[in-house]
Order: sequence, then structure tokens, then C-alpha cells
Amino acid sequence: MEISNVTKEYMAKLFSQGMRFDGRKLLEFRDIDLSYDVSNKSEGSARVKIGKTDIIVGVKLYVGEPYPDSPEDGNLICTAELLPMASSKFESGPPAFQAIELGRLVDRAIRESGMIDFSKLSISKDKVWNIYLDIYPINADGNLIDAATLAAVAALKNAKLPKLDEDGKIDYSVRKGSLPLSKETFPISLSFFKLEDSIILDPNAEEEGACESRINFGISKWNKHYMINSCQKVGDLTFSSEELAKIMDIIPDKVEELSEKLKKFL
Amino acid sequence: MSKEFKRVDGRKHNEVREITAKVGIIPNADGSALFAFGKTVAIAAVYGPRKLHPQHMQDPSTSVLRCNYDLLSFSVDDRKKPGPSRRSQEISKVAGQALEPVVDLGAFPNTVIDVQIYILQADAGTRTAGINAASMALAHAGIPMRDLVCSVAIGKNDKNIIADLTKEEEDYKEGEGASDFAIAKVAKSDEFSLLQMDGKIRPEEVKEVLKMATEVCEQIYEVQKKALKEAVSQQ
Repeated sequence: MEISNVTKEYMAKLFSQGMRFDGRKLLEFRDIDLSYDVSNKSEGSARVKIGKTDIIVGVKLYVGEPYPDSPEDGNLICTAELLPMASSKFESGPPAFQAIELGRLVDRAIRESGMIDFSKLSISKDKVWNIYLDIYPINADGNLIDAATLAAVAALKNAKLPKLDEDGKIDYSVRKGSLPLSKETFPISLSFFKLEDSIILDPNAEEEGACESRINFGISKWNKHYMINSCQKVGDLTFSSEELAKIMDIIPDKVEELSEKLKKFL
Repeated sequence: MSKEFKRVDGRKHNEVREITAKVGIIPNADGSALFAFGKTVAIAAVYGPRKLHPQHMQDPSTSVLRCNYDLLSFSVDDRKKPGPSRRSQEISKVAGQALEPVVDLGAFPNTVIDVQIYILQADAGTRTAGINAASMALAHAGIPMRDLVCSVAIGKNDKNIIADLTKEEEDYKEGEGASDFAIAKVAKSDEFSLLQMDGKIRPEEVKEVLKMATEVCEQIYEVQKKALKEAVSQQ
């Protein structure tokens, strides 16, 4: 979103006083809503709304060959497409950096959290289940990574394995067991955005357009401890060790708060 | 920290692999450098500032730093298909943004500064070696910079925080397994310009990771400076 300098300056001033245009506190999320079964042709699907941001994630399962470096494991293939319907900023054509990054960040958060037991996706020698997880924002109003990660987790939990015939054909009309997912852990994504010296969570598109840098974390619970599983900084501005220390202090409380909020959905 | 833990190659926790740094390896380029962490070898070339084409991409207020990182096809065990991958496009972007904060882009309106990073031989830490090479190449090209950028991966094997992991260390499976936190910082100030990790790190451990990165970057900075001085004295 193109933001005028005057808006940006005013926003920075408000942020420095701990305020936002929509009345939220700097680290406060918008309302979160989650629903399942968006498409009955998918093996699992979910739709997440955070404020006006609206994202659909679907899972398709295929039988394929394992990668040579992990012959016993199934695979996760995570892709995001930024549909032109979701924002006037998105254009059709080959994936832009933002789309590539969105797919890869969701992939890393899920993979590194250990939520999926890839070894249990093995069917036989040379045959494994491949999980195709596709992310489609249908209304992009900021904070796509956090929303998409949540939708991805929900779609995986929602997914059912189709029946596999003895001759290896998939019968998508019969769906039985769930995916081999951990009961203890799943990732939560937190993206911190920086405008001048202020740090905010869950920006809408206008705020995101004004912010100069972003640092995203995939966080999960592992042996009762919060673990950062993935991190990526993007943007022209740097982060100081003091700012990072502040973010580290925020993470456990925020993840706890979000987990509590998400309990009724997941 | 467990006392029995020994790194695979016997290095101390905060010890980097042998560093090789050389400036001026590509005569055609405006600036160039090689940087190696042990068996990981990266080369970088800088072209520009030069006019940015197509013209509509030009920005009258600033130069554009355009960074491209990739692996040579034979730099890894399984041949990498030539051409950009999703991984290399992501690294190109974040590596460029790791370098940008030190470069005076405002001095060259309407231009592009092209930074090309290629990996000759990969044994983990390729993006950090690439950023170190690119930082030297930018300085070698005579582009105004307020500082150098230094980069290193700090990671974990189980609970042990270690610097500059090899591929073997990245594949560590025991306990908490392996984590890898690629970090770049502005050499003489407390500003982190690349932060990219996967694995398992507790929020309270991040402070120690940043501290180790800062120490190691000081060493890298000295090596970069020395290589740049050598290149200048030979001219």
C-alpha cells in the first residue's frame, strides 16, 4: 500500500505514544476467526480472518517418491499465490518475492516446529505421502504471514488421508486417518514490524506499508519451553540487540495469549 | 553448557573455520572479493553505480542495490539446477538488505548497484560468506559506505551454542538437534542487518547468540580490512 509521507509521519508519532489509528495497543492483535472445510475437494482446508485479512489454505495429498537425502520421509511442499483479487497491489504473473517468502516462511515454521512426523508419511520403499499446502489470501489487509501460518496449521489438523488401493491408486472419495501430527506442538507465527523506534504486531495494510522493517518468528512449545524455530528479517532498517532483547521478552507472553485465544478453534 | 560436548572438528565453541579473504579477483568488475569459511567459498562482484534500465525502475531519490545470490550448479553434492530457485531468490533479497544499511545509496540517484554473489563450494554458511565477500567488493568498488558488514552463522548443536557451523554440524540430530542463525551486523555498531534462522532456540538464548556473533564479527572485520588494504597497496 502506498502511504503518503504525512500519514507515515503521523503514524510514527502516534506509535511513539503507544497509540494506533484503529485504537489498538502496539502489540494488540485484531479479532481472529478460524473456520474449516472451505473446499470438500481438498484433503483439509481452513480459512483464517485476522481483522480484514482473509486467507484460505488447502491441503492436497499425493503419493510420490522421497527425496534422495531423506528416503524414509514424506514431504511438505508449501506455496503461496498472491491473487490479484486480494489486493490492488497484487498482479498476476510469476511469483513476486513476497509470495515466495510467504510460502517459505510458513514452510519453515511448520517444518522446524516438528508438528509433522515426516517419517510416518512413508508408505513403502520409494513411496511416500507428499503434502501440498497452498496458501491463498483472498483479502490482504496486512500480517499475511501470521495469518497464513495459523491457517496452515488448521488445514493440516483438518486433513484426512485418502484411501490408497493395493495397486497404488488414490481413492479421494474415501478419507480415513489424520496426518501424523504432534499432539503437543504446533507453530505460532509472530511478525514484529518496525517504524522508526516503535515495534508493533499485526499491522493492517496501511501500517505495514508505513513500516520499514519486519522480523518474523515461528515459535512452538517443545518440552514445555517456548522455542524459536524460524526467524527472518526483511527491510532496510536494522535491529539493535536491545530491540531484539525486548522482542524476546514479548514472545513467550504473546504466544501464551494467542494459544489461549486459539484453543477454541484448534 | 555440557562440558563433554566436543565439536566434530575440535574447534572451540566460538571459533570460526579458517578464513580466506581476497580482494580484486574479477578484473572486469568495479569491485570484487572472495571470502571462505573453511570449505565454504563465496565470490562476489559489484558493478555500478550504473544507469538502471528499464528507465521506469529508476528512483530519482536513490540508487537501487540489486543483489543476486546463487550456488554454482556443482558447488553441492546433488547438482543444483542452474538458474534462480525459491531459496536463492529469498537469500538474494535478505542479503541485499543486509548490505544496504551501510551503503550511501542517496549519493547516486537513478542508478543501480549490482551485487553478484556466487558460491563455488558449499559446506554450510554460504549466505554469510557471500555477504562478507559482497561487503568487501562494495568497498573495493569505491562506493561510499559508513562501515563494513560482517556476517556469520551462530548455531546450536543440542544445547551448545557454536559459531560457523559446517554442513556436518548443521545435520546434528541428538538432543535439541541443530539450529542455524545467520547473522550480519554493521561492523562497528550494534545494528543487526541479517537475522535468519531455523532450528530450536529459546528466546532467552538469543542474547548469547548475538553476543557471540558480535565477537566473531570483530574478527571477520579485521580480516576484511586487511584484505582490502592489501588490494589497495598492490595498485
